[in-house]
Amino acid sequence: MEELVNLFHGFAVALQPFNIAVMVLGIVLGVIIGVLPGLGGANGVAILLPLTFSMPPTSAIIMLSCIYWGALFGGAITSILFNIPGEPWSVATTFDGYPMAQQGKAAESLTAAFTSSFVGALFAVIMITLVAPLVAGFALRFGPAEKFAVYFLAFCSFVGLSKEPPFKTIAAMMIGFALAAVGLDSITGQLRLTFGFTEMLNGFDFLIAVIGLFGLGEIFLTMEEGLNFRGGKAKIDLRVVLRTWMSLPQYWMTSLRSCIIGCWMGVTPAGATPASFMSYGIAKRVSKNGKNFGKGEIEGVIAPETAAHAAGTSALLPMLSLGVPGSPTAAVLLGGLLIWGLQPGPMLFVEQKEFVWGLIASMYLGNLVGLIIVLTCVPIFAAILRVPFSIIAPLILVLCAIGAYSVHNSTFDVVMMLVFGVIGYALKKCNYPLAPLVLAIVLGDKAEEAFRQSLLGSQGSLGIFFSNPLVSTIMILGLIALFWSVISNGLSRLRPRAATA
Amino acid sequence: MTTQSSHTTGPTHKAVEAGVTTVIGLFGALVVYGSVKAGINWGAEGPKAGFFPFYIGLFIIISSLINLFNTLREEDGTLFAEWGQLRQVFSVIIPTGIYVASLPFIGLYLASMIFIAWFMRWLGKYNWPIIAAVALGMPIVTYLIFERWFLVPLPKGPIEEWLGL
Repeated sequence: MEELVNLFHGFAVALQPFNIAVMVLGIVLGVIIGVLPGLGGANGVAILLPLTFSMPPTSAIIMLSCIYWGALFGGAITSILFNIPGEPWSVATTFDGYPMAQQGKAAESLTAAFTSSFVGALFAVIMITLVAPLVAGFALRFGPAEKFAVYFLAFCSFVGLSKEPPFKTIAAMMIGFALAAVGLDSITGQLRLTFGFTEMLNGFDFLIAVIGLFGLGEIFLTMEEGLNFRGGKAKIDLRVVLRTWMSLPQYWMTSLRSCIIGCWMGVTPAGATPASFMSYGIAKRVSKNGKNFGKGEIEGVIAPETAAHAAGTSALLPMLSLGVPGSPTAAVLLGGLLIWGLQPGPMLFVEQKEFVWGLIASMYLGNLVGLIIVLTCVPIFAAILRVPFSIIAPLILVLCAIGAYSVHNSTFDVVMMLVFGVIGYALKKCNYPLAPLVLAIVLGDKAEEAFRQSLLGSQGSLGIFFSNPLVSTIMILGLIALFWSVISNGLSRLRPRAATA
Repeated sequence: MTTQSSHTTGPTHKAVEAGVTTVIGLFGALVVYGSVKAGINWGAEGPKAGFFPFYIGLFIIISSLINLFNTLREEDGTLFAEWGQLRQVFSVIIPTGIYVASLPFIGLYLASMIFIAWFMRWLGKYNWPIIAAVALGMPIVTYLIFERWFLVPLPKGPIEEWLGL
């Protein structure tokens, strides 16, 4: 009940004219970011983060989270119209969205995609509203061992659930931890791993890494394909929207299943991309239209879009309630919170009620505003794609440089950004996942602190991580997640062959 | 921008991946070395500064060895990229490097103008009027948004000082 009252206060905050203006601006910028190649949710938010330094924190987070919603919506536009996924999580949308567009059903496909995105996000926000305060209340009792166990669970889920080879995920993650360790050690105050370079005193800022790895790396990848980037036209009229909406309720099972998959994958930080693939795969196997998947089946658009948006939204739950972001973009938002002087985690719900509930209320409103904007403005956003890449690319590179510079007003950071860009290109070409690397840079210091404090309490015995039921449960969940692919392989081998065929 | 002469050759995926994995492994060794220098055992206040990164470094080395083993075992003859494609990529990386290196000296605005103009002329083959519009327009819009409206200072060079901005 108290949550409802808080939520209404939140709506009062989010509905202030300035915050609504910021919301619309954020959504529009987000869709543009989602449509453009090389700019994605994470680095788009990172580049625009300095713009919000002069705003009050609540407005700032509303704008940044709305950029994120916009990017989630925008990714679908390019996937369906041009078969070019603007974002990794919309790759699965191309499988059926693009064939639909080729059959002249682009408007139906877009409407289905946007509406499913909205449904997925709404489901996730409702879950956040109900669950986040409980998790936060629970987390207030956490000691260092429990905190480390949560980080452990988060990173193990990455290894177990990502589609890249597990040891590549581990390597990428550990590079992130190592980069996070560079500089001043927060406990002993000693310098480490700087090798005498004063520039490395403060370590590596993950915002720079995000802009380099995701922004520049993506541009370099696109350059391989050459500069012939063609655009097209698209239009949605109200009649098609209404007709498509009428047809959507019959797919409620697919939607519900995709929502649940998305929320699960978002909370355990596997992220939106695997969620969309998993949801598409399951829908294909379960649906009675399964054999039409890949040829322009509307269910094949609904499933990945719902899951991607549900995952993208629910990634904010662990960020707000535990201080552990569920996705790279959530990590950037978390970085923003730290810059504004807010400590993410359970105390946020006690000390910064207005902020937390304003943000949650803005998630409801932002997604609604987003749905309306994308449905009405598709032609404009599709037109952006007609701007040739040789104009877009240098502008994006300049924007990345500005974003990297303004984080700390340092030109050395811009050089680091380029280095991260080249690293990102090489790693991505070799199938190393970048998301765990970024999350490890963000959480490295905190995970290390929790680990060392736990060991201090136990005089160096690792037994502390299994010393009470709570911490043991989280650690065991982590171990299950870590060996998930091995376990699920074993299970499917035990099952009779007929069931899997 | 296609290079017809070299469209089917290039470094193999296997070779590049083995190289990248080796570099990651060496990075792990560097982390271990740095951690040992910082101290990896217990001190007066519990674990010393190098304690945690030492194990991180070990993890990097071990997982790189496994990755290297897996890469070398694969029978994969696919190309990492064609030489022409790599040339495209480097034709962006190198000018971006020059752009980034020149920022502290000539300021962001002038450097961005030259960079955008170069990119559009060399890779896009645009007319000078269009180039001028974009190359001048973008920094001006940037100036208004960042410095005027949101009060974020950007690096400036001698020209901005001379203009008194």
